[in-house]
Amino acid sequence: MAELTAVVGIGQTKYEAKRDDLSMPGLVREAAERALADAGCSWADIDAVILGKAPDLFEGVMMPELFLNDALGGAYKPMLRVHTAGSVGGSTAIVAASMVQAGIHDRVLCVAYEKQSESNAIWALSISVPFSLATVAGAGGYFAPLVRGYIRRSGAPEDTGIRVAVKDRQNALRNPLAHLHLEDISFDLVANSPMLWDPIRYLETCPSSDGACALVMEKESLASRRPDKVAWIHATEMRSEPTMFSGRDQVMPRATLDNAKNLYRKAGITNPRREIDCAEIYVPFSWFEPMWMEGMLITERNQGWKMTYEGATAMDGDFPVNMSGGVLSSNPIGASGLIRFAEAARQVRGRADQHQVDGARKALGHAYGGGSQYFSTWIVSSEKP
Amino acid sequence: MNAHDTSGTEGDGSPVTVLRAPIVLEYEYSAGQSASRFLRAIAEGRLLGQRCPVDGRVYFPSRGSCPQHAVTFGDEVVELSDKGTIVTFSIVRVPSKNIPLELPYITVNVLLDGADTILMHVLDADLDDVHMGMRVQAVWKPREEWTTSTENILFFRPIDEPDADYDSYKEHI
Repeated sequence: MAELTAVVGIGQTKYEAKRDDLSMPGLVREAAERALADAGCSWADIDAVILGKAPDLFEGVMMPELFLNDALGGAYKPMLRVHTAGSVGGSTAIVAASMVQAGIHDRVLCVAYEKQSESNAIWALSISVPFSLATVAGAGGYFAPLVRGYIRRSGAPEDTGIRVAVKDRQNALRNPLAHLHLEDISFDLVANSPMLWDPIRYLETCPSSDGACALVMEKESLASRRPDKVAWIHATEMRSEPTMFSGRDQVMPRATLDNAKNLYRKAGITNPRREIDCAEIYVPFSWFEPMWMEGMLITERNQGWKMTYEGATAMDGDFPVNMSGGVLSSNPIGASGLIRFAEAARQVRGRADQHQVDGARKALGHAYGGGSQYFSTWIVSSEKP
Repeated sequence: MNAHDTSGTEGDGSPVTVLRAPIVLEYEYSAGQSASRFLRAIAEGRLLGQRCPVDGRVYFPSRGSCPQHAVTFGDEVVELSDKGTIVTFSIVRVPSKNIPLELPYITVNVLLDGADTILMHVLDADLDDVHMGMRVQAVWKPREEWTTSTENILFFRPIDEPDADYDSYKEHI
C-alpha cells in the first residue's frame, strides 16, 4: 500500500511579463523559499528536489536542473528533472508525490518555472522538422483548427470562448499573484480584440509570463502532526498518446478520457460534478474550458459549453473553474501545470484568500500539453481518503 | 559568431541586465528508408503513402511505422491524389520568425483522397470562402524546379467540386 501523502507547503512568485529583478535561479529560489516558509521547514528538512519546466529550447539552457541545483538546496541530494511539454508542471507534482508515496523519501520539494521573457516560445514551438513544411505558428496555430472542430461538432455558440476569457480575467482580479489584472475586462473588450488564429482572439489567449511555483510534500506520519490543514493527495493520473495517428480524435483524445476515468476510479469518485467542489484546469486558450469539461467527464459530450453559458464554472457556480484566473491570466509555461495543482491544494486547505471557494473539501488539478497528448491530473482533499 | 549582442542597451547609460547570446546548432539528419522513398517520389511529382498492416489505414507522409500499433510498414506503397478535402483550418495573423508567409494566411488540415491521415499545409483562397469540407488541390512549383523536397508543393487552392460530406472526414478533425 502506498504511503498517504500531503501537500504541506505552497509557494508562488508574482507572475509578470518580465521579472528582470531575478535571474532564473533567483526565480525558482523565491518560490521555493515561500513554500518552505509555508511548510515551516528549512532547506535541511528536504530529502529530494524534483524540478519541471517546458522544453529547454525556450530559454536555450540545456538541462537547467544542473545550474539550478544550488539555488534549490540540492547539493548532495537526489534531484530529478521532469519534462512532459505544457503538462510538465502537473507531471512534476505527480513524480514528486510518487517519491513519497513509494516510501523513497519522507519530504520532497517540487518546483516548476518558466522565464518567458528570456525565451521565444512561438519560435521554439514552430521549429521545422527536416523534410517537412513549417506552417504552424506556435501553440495557437496548432490548437485553433481543433477549436474550430469542437465548435462544429458541439454546435457551441461562437461567443462561448469570449465568456470564458471574461470569467477567468474577472477571477484574476481576486488573485494578487496573477500576471494580468484587466480592470476593464468585458465581453466587448474580448470580442473586439484582434483575431490572432481564427477563431481565437488575442484576449482569448494566455499571456507570456515569468514565474515559478513550489510545493512541499510529506508522508502521512509527518503531515498528520501538523496543526494546519494540509491537502491530502487522493489520486494522481498521467496519460499520453502519439501526436498523430490515423483516426486520432484530436479534439477529444482518448488519453484525456482514460485519464479522467482512472483518476476518478482511484479517488473513489463516481459523480465528479457533484463530488468535486472546484477545479483548476489548464485552459491556455479560452475554448479549452468547455472542451476539458467534457474531456474530464464533468459533463456529457458536446455539452461543455453549456456549463460556461449557464455560469456553472463561475466562482458562484456549482462547479467553479480557475478561481485563480487560470492560465489565461498567468502563463509561465513550465510552471502553469503546477500552479493548477497548487491552487487546487490551496482551495482544500482553505488558504485561497480572495478567490477561496467556500467550504471546498475536494478539488481537481489538471494540466495538458504537446498536441493535446499529455495529461496530468490529481485530486486533493482536506480529509484523508 | 558574435556571441554577445547587447543591442538595445547601448548608449543610454543604463546598466546591462540582459544580454543576447545566440546559439547555433548544426546537425545531420538521415531521412531513412521510408522518407527517402517518399522524397524521391515527390521529386517526380508523385505522392506516396504507406499502409498500416494492422488496420489498413494509409499514412501520408509516412515515417515507416505506425505510431498507434508500433509495427513497421511493409514495402507496399499507395499512390495518392493531390486533391483533397479541408478537414479544419485557421486564419493566422501572428508572425513567426521561421514561417516566411505574408499575414494573414490560411493553414489547413487536408485529407488527401486515398489517405487516412491529415496533411498540414497552407491554402491560397479568399479568407471569406474557406470552410470545412472545401475541395482543394495542390499547386506545384514548375516541374524543372522539383527536388526531393515537400516544398515542391507551394500551397493548396480550391477546386470546382461540391463540398465533401461532413461524415466523410469528421473523424480526422
